[in-house]
Amino acid sequence: MVSIIPEITRESVVYLIKEGKRADGRAFDEYREVSLETGVINKAEGSAKVKLGNTQLVVGAKTQIAEPFSDTPKMGVLMTNSELLPMAAPNFEPGPPDENSVELSRVTDRCIREGKVVDLEKLCIIEGKKVWMIFLDIHVLDYDGNLQDAAVLGAVAALMNTKVPTATVENDEVILDHEKMIPLPFNEKALMCTFAKIGDELVLDPSLEEEEIMDARISIGMRADGSICAMQKGGKKPITRDEILKAVNIAKNKTEELRKYLE
Amino acid sequence: MIKITVESDLSTGTETSARADGRAFNELRPLKISAGVLERADGSAYLEMGGNKVLVAVYGPRELHIRHMMQPDKAVLRCRYNMAPFSVDDRKRPGPDRRSVEISKITSEALTPAVFLEKFPRSTIDVFIEVLEAEGGTRCAGITAASVALADAGIPMRDIVVACAAGKSNGQVVMDLSEAEDKEGEADLPIAMMPRTGEITLLQMDGHLTGEEFERAIDLAVEGCMKISEEQKKAIKERYGD
Amino acid sequence: MIFVKDKEIVVPGDVLADEEYHTGRGTFREKNNILSSLVGLVAIRDKKISVIPLQSKYIPKRGDVVIGKITDIRFSMWNLDINSPYSGFLPASDVFGKEKRELSRTFDVGDVLFLRVVDVDEVKKVKLGLKGRGLGKFRGGILINITPTKVPRLIGKKGSMINMIKDETHCDVVVGQNGVVWVKGEPEMERVAEKVIKMIEEQSHTSGLTDRVRNMLLEILGEIQEESEDLEGSEEEEENREEFIQ
Repeated sequence: MVSIIPEITRESVVYLIKEGKRADGRAFDEYREVSLETGVINKAEGSAKVKLGNTQLVVGAKTQIAEPFSDTPKMGVLMTNSELLPMAAPNFEPGPPDENSVELSRVTDRCIREGKVVDLEKLCIIEGKKVWMIFLDIHVLDYDGNLQDAAVLGAVAALMNTKVPTATVENDEVILDHEKMIPLPFNEKALMCTFAKIGDELVLDPSLEEEEIMDARISIGMRADGSICAMQKGGKKPITRDEILKAVNIAKNKTEELRKYLE
Repeated sequence: MIKITVESDLSTGTETSARADGRAFNELRPLKISAGVLERADGSAYLEMGGNKVLVAVYGPRELHIRHMMQPDKAVLRCRYNMAPFSVDDRKRPGPDRRSVEISKITSEALTPAVFLEKFPRSTIDVFIEVLEAEGGTRCAGITAASVALADAGIPMRDIVVACAAGKSNGQVVMDLSEAEDKEGEADLPIAMMPRTGEITLLQMDGHLTGEEFERAIDLAVEGCMKISEEQKKAIKERYGD
Repeated sequence: MIFVKDKEIVVPGDVLADEEYHTGRGTFREKNNILSSLVGLVAIRDKKISVIPLQSKYIPKRGDVVIGKITDIRFSMWNLDINSPYSGFLPASDVFGKEKRELSRTFDVGDVLFLRVVDVDEVKKVKLGLKGRGLGKFRGGILINITPTKVPRLIGKKGSMINMIKDETHCDVVVGQNGVVWVKGEPEMERVAEKVIKMIEEQSHTSGLTDRVRNMLLEILGEIQEESEDLEGSEEEEENREEFIQ
C-alpha cells in the first residue's frame, strides 16, 4: 500500500532544506537521538534493541550447529533476515518479506559480511561437516525513518553480545560445553550511514517525512579504519559522483560517532 | 518494574508451595505493563510477565480494503499473534504456523465481546501481538496487553479484557504456569474474562484434571485475572501521569 | 449517586454514576449504572455525565469542516483521505456545476483541501463540498495531525488559544474538526506553531495549559529573537539608520 504525501508537505520540507534547515531542527549531518541496549532477550544467544529517533527495532541472534555451504566448507554461516512488522507502520502489510524488507536484510548482511564483523572462519568446528550457523533476525517494531542504520547498529551490537558454548571435537562428534560460554570471534565494528538526497542536498539519518519525499538515498558501510565495506543507492532518482564522494566523507566521522554506542 | 506482592495472609495460604520458582500456588510472576510505547500505532502496550516480553500495537478503526470481510453494521476486529524467531530456545521460522493462526483467532474472539464494534460499521480494528520472548502463557500475556493497547487507541469498550492461566503442576493446582510448569505439568487452563461482570471470553484446556481440580483451577485463574486487571488500569492511567 | 469527580481520569468499564444521572458521550448504561467506555476525563454537566476521550479517530458528521488530502481521481469525483476510518469524496459537479472539465487540472492527487462534510449516508459514504467561506485548496504551509477530540482545546474558549498562537507566530492557522491543522507563515514560525500545537495535544488533559502555552511561545520566540539579533544585529542597525535618514 502506498501512502500519498501531501504536496504542501513535500514543498515545505524541500523549501526548508534549500534554506539549510530541517523540519526537526537538526543539522544536515546530525543523527537523531540514539539509544542502544543489549542482552534484552534472554532466550536469544545475543540481542540488541535500538531506538533511533522514534524508529525502534530489536535484533536477535540465534545460533545452532549446521553443515557449511559446500563452496565454503571452512566457514561458519551467517543468515540475516528482517521483518517489517505490520505493527511498525500503518502501510506495512502482514505476509512474507516484501522487497523493502529483503533489501534491508541484504544490505545489512553485506555490511556485516564484507565488513568482516565476525570471523566466520573461526566458526568452523569440523571442516565440511559442522560449523556454527548464526541467524540474525531484525524485528522492526516502529518505523519512523532510516531503518538501515538502526538495523546495522543493532545487528553489530547483537553479534557483540552473542555467546556460544565451547565446542570440542571427540571422535568426529561435537561436544558442547554450556558451562563455558564464549563470545563470537569478533573482528570489526563496521557500521552504516544513510543519507537522503532532497533537492541538491544530502541529509543524514532521514526522518520518516524526509524519506517519504526524498529523491534518492545512499547508504555507506564503513569499517573503523575508514575503508568502505558496503554501499547501496536507493530511490527512483539519480545521484551524482560528487554527492556520493561527499557522503563517503561525512560517513567517516559519523560511523565513528555511532561506534561510541558500541563501547 | 512493578512487582506484584501477593499477601500470604490469605485464608487459603495454609497450603505450602512446591513450585520451582518459589512462588505461592496463587502467586503471579512479576508483572510490568506500560501503555503508549510506539509512535506510529494508534495504541500500544508492552508487557513483561516472568520471562515473557510481549508488545502489542493497535491500528484503527480504519478503512477496510478487503470487501468480503466488511461488516455492514459493525467493525471487524482482526488479530495477528506472532512470535519473533528469537523468542524461543530453538529459532522459530518467521511467519504464521497453525498454532499462531489458532491463537490469533481465539484472541480476536476473546476481545470482541468487550468492544463496541457497532460504533464503526464497515471498518477494521487491527491488533498486532508480537511475542519478543516466550516463557509460558504468551497467549494470556498477548490478550492482556492487547486490551491495554485497545484502550490506549481510544477504542470504546465495555470492559478491559484480561487473561490468566491456572493449571496443575507437581500434583498441585497453581496460578499462572511458568514455561517449565507448563511443559512438565499435568494440565493448563488459560482463560480470558471481563473482570467487572466475570464473564469468560476465552477458555482452553489441555491435560488432565478432576472436576474438583478444574473448579479450583478456574477460580485461581479468575483470581489471577483480577490481580492483573488492576495492573492494566494502572498502566493506562500512568500514561497520563495520574 | 456519583462515584467519580469532574475531570478524573477513567478507563473503560469504570462505574461513574447510578441511574440518577444521564449518559453522555463516552459512556453507556448497564443495569442501574452509567459506565465509561473510554480512557478519558469525566465531564459532569448538571445530571449528564460524559467522558472526553484522550485519544480517538474522527467520525464524520454532516456540517463539520475538515482538512482532506486527495488520494485518487475518478471519472466524476475526487477521493479524499480525511484522517478517518471513512474516506470522503468530492463530486466534480460541486466544483464545475454542469460543465464537463478535466478533474486533475483543478485538483490533483496530493493536493490538500479545506472542505465541508455535506452528507454521510447509511453506508458511511462521506460526501464533501467546497461551498462556503474559506473553503478550497491550500497553497503552502505545513500540516499537523492531532487527536480530533483535542480540537476544542486547541481552539480554546472563544478561540483564545488559537488566536494566541496566530498572534505570537504571525501564522495563518486553520483547524479541521478531523484533527488536521494547517499552518502557514514564516517557515521558522510554522515550526514554532507546530511545536506548540503538539504540546497542547500532549497536555490537553492538564489544567493551566493556556499559561504554559503562552510561556512556551514567549520562550521560543525570545530565543529566536536573540539568535537573529546575534547574527543580524549589525544589519538591523543599518536598516534602522536608513529609516532615520528617510
